Amino acid sequence: MYISLTNRPEEPEEPEGPEGTPTGTKAANGVSSVVISLGVVSMLTDISTESVSAILPLYVTGILGLSTVAYGVLDGLYQGVSAIVRIGAGWAADRGDQPKWVAFFGYGLSAIARIVLLFATSFGALAAVLTVDRLGKGIRTAPRDSLITAASQPKNLAASFGVHRALDNTGAAIGPLLAFVILLLIPNGYSTVFVVSLAFALVGVAVLGIIVPNRGSRARIEPRATSVEPRKNRRRIRWRELNNPGLKRLLLVAGLLGILTIGDGFIYLVLQDRSSFAAQYFPLLYVGTNVAFLIFAVPIGKLADRFGRARTFVLGHVLLLAAYISASLPVTGAAITILCLVLLGGFYAATDGLLAVLATQFTTVDTRATSIAAAQTVVALSRFVSAAGFGILWFAIGRESAMTLVSIAIAIVIPIVAIILRGARPYRADV
Amino acid sequence: MTSRQRIVLLSAISAAALIVVIVFGTLAYLRSQTALTAPSSVAVIPVTEFAGDRIEFRNTAAGADYGKVASVPLDDASGIRSLSSQLCDRVYSTSTLTMCLTTDAGILTTWTALQIDDTGAHAQSWSLPGVPSRTRISANSHLVAETSFVTGISYAGVGFATETIIATSSGESYGNIENFTLLVDGEQVTAADRNIWGVTFADDDRHFYATAASAGSTWLVYGDLVDKTLTSVRGNAECPSLSPDRSRVAFKKNIGTLNSPDWRIAVLDLTTMAETVLAEERSVDDQVEWLDDATVLYGLPRPDVVGDSDVWSLPADGSGAPLLFIPHAWSPSVVRP
Repeated sequence: MYISLTNRPEEPEEPEGPEGTPTGTKAANGVSSVVISLGVVSMLTDISTESVSAILPLYVTGILGLSTVAYGVLDGLYQGVSAIVRIGAGWAADRGDQPKWVAFFGYGLSAIARIVLLFATSFGALAAVLTVDRLGKGIRTAPRDSLITAASQPKNLAASFGVHRALDNTGAAIGPLLAFVILLLIPNGYSTVFVVSLAFALVGVAVLGIIVPNRGSRARIEPRATSVEPRKNRRRIRWRELNNPGLKRLLLVAGLLGILTIGDGFIYLVLQDRSSFAAQYFPLLYVGTNVAFLIFAVPIGKLADRFGRARTFVLGHVLLLAAYISASLPVTGAAITILCLVLLGGFYAATDGLLAVLATQFTTVDTRATSIAAAQTVVALSRFVSAAGFGILWFAIGRESAMTLVSIAIAIVIPIVAIILRGARPYRADV
Repeated sequence: MTSRQRIVLLSAISAAALIVVIVFGTLAYLRSQTALTAPSSVAVIPVTEFAGDRIEFRNTAAGADYGKVASVPLDDASGIRSLSSQLCDRVYSTSTLTMCLTTDAGILTTWTALQIDDTGAHAQSWSLPGVPSRTRISANSHLVAETSFVTGISYAGVGFATETIIATSSGESYGNIENFTLLVDGEQVTAADRNIWGVTFADDDRHFYATAASAGSTWLVYGDLVDKTLTSVRGNAECPSLSPDRSRVAFKKNIGTLNSPDWRIAVLDLTTMAETVLAEERSVDDQVEWLDDATVLYGLPRPDVVGDSDVWSLPADGSGAPLLFIPHAWSPSVVRP
């Protein structure tokens, strides 16, 4: 067992937090209890979010009696909203050196949205609830990843992110199943799903507020180096620190690869066409991907710490390429669908957390959350562009040819980005 | 706070949340069990087969028979309903064929389109990529169509999607008609966010009307199964329904905004292209069914009861006022032998 929740101090040199704050003691294999707490927060929040997301189409169309276009607008709101606030939240977390409370605000916003959901019976109210929920998600992600970084030893940073993402995706896998079980026991029991969702969200927020210490990145790195005056929280962000060649290379690479990441939806549609198994379970294929993600998150994170994070990040896209190829193979049946989902899950396990890890490597602690947010925004935007572009390609030259073309493109780009990243040097000897 | 205090506080919050969930869930479960085992709140007669001129629909009356396909005589819509054992979310029938879009509830909930012939046998079925939306059968029962949402891919940034399948009753499929060539005012639309829904069939086994949408606009389109084209007829029109005499199309038009739609039923005269908005002030989100050449039927959810709805009737010429036609009903189809 390499993760543990014990608070027993095993590394005496770990500085004691003020007022007996748990400072994230390391367990035997070095993953901080803070990371595990943050993972639990994410797991509870994902159970909350995904249980509602899974049944929302049913609720909107079957119960509220809204149809196609209405649902489309809701889904459109789901996209994009979070990208807007992401960088702002990262910047705020860095500037005030209060990543925990910025993240808390984000989680809290989503929990409040769940309360409103209980009373939302009109389309407008529902749209508002979902928008607030996504805003919360956009706000919390970068500060939370900054907290994970601050609480982790540099040598096992990727493994720490792996543990967090494994817990996160456990929630994403449990949520839909929990919601469907509730509906199975209680037909039309949507209000019960909403109450359960709210309960998980509130407990998640409570874990964050009560258990996770508010340790800014600076406090950890410089406790002894400078005699930090108490409450000197406001910092001036030196944008120069963001304008470094390493981070720029990473953003370029993230954008290039993001453009060639066509979106799971398209892959699922190809599978649906091929295999009756995929067609039958089409609405649940994403749950399969989440399960694969959670299984691979820790092993791939540990591998990345030894083998190299940038290398693993780039090679993760080979798994994506393999997923494209497996979806394009003229093979029907359940096995190829499952293989494809496993590859997709592996791809996410090798790239999602490592993107944040790499972003922190190319910047200072003072701009950590901002640079994580920048990298995540680049990925989100480039994937958005990719989905739109691939949709056109899909229609223009047919789905098989479009898949083949993107497969070839990513096969060419992988070695190129490997060279780009190899030239990138960490900003400080932080790793 | 000490570590102990933190853990006590968190435990208290978790326990409170758990208790609320258990109490709420148990009450909801007991309520639903009572409702499920209660006799139907309206009078029903179980039958193995419907007969005569009738209206088939989804029974939404609370009780043991919720969600089953029911039928009332065409000349006595408020009469006792005959009830089949078939559960459907959306249903459409002719005298020889029924299209039933149904939920396979479970830990892994999925959805299926069922074609049921007049002997009650499942002639064909296929899996749906998400929640059912619309279904129709051509008057001669040669062609069937269904629309469902494509769910489970919202993560991927593909966004909202529908899938509309047209198939023959003998089992050949035209596939997702989204892949047909879409022409809006003569220009081909290739945007990835194209969506097609709500088919209504003409009588020639070739042409149909449907809704096409892209970039926030909707169009009434005229479809051709041979040329595989969809050609725009006019804008702002969803879920068309051809009148029995084939001279008009009823549809819903959005007089609200994209973000808060407000749909009115309108009827388009296909000869003069004149539009008449009907006398229903509430927002209607349904594919209209024609009772006869002068009257339309449509469903409206009950504002006070989750999951219940009524079927209303309304003159098709813009006059009169809505009348409650069949209470506790949804997805009506007028069946004539």
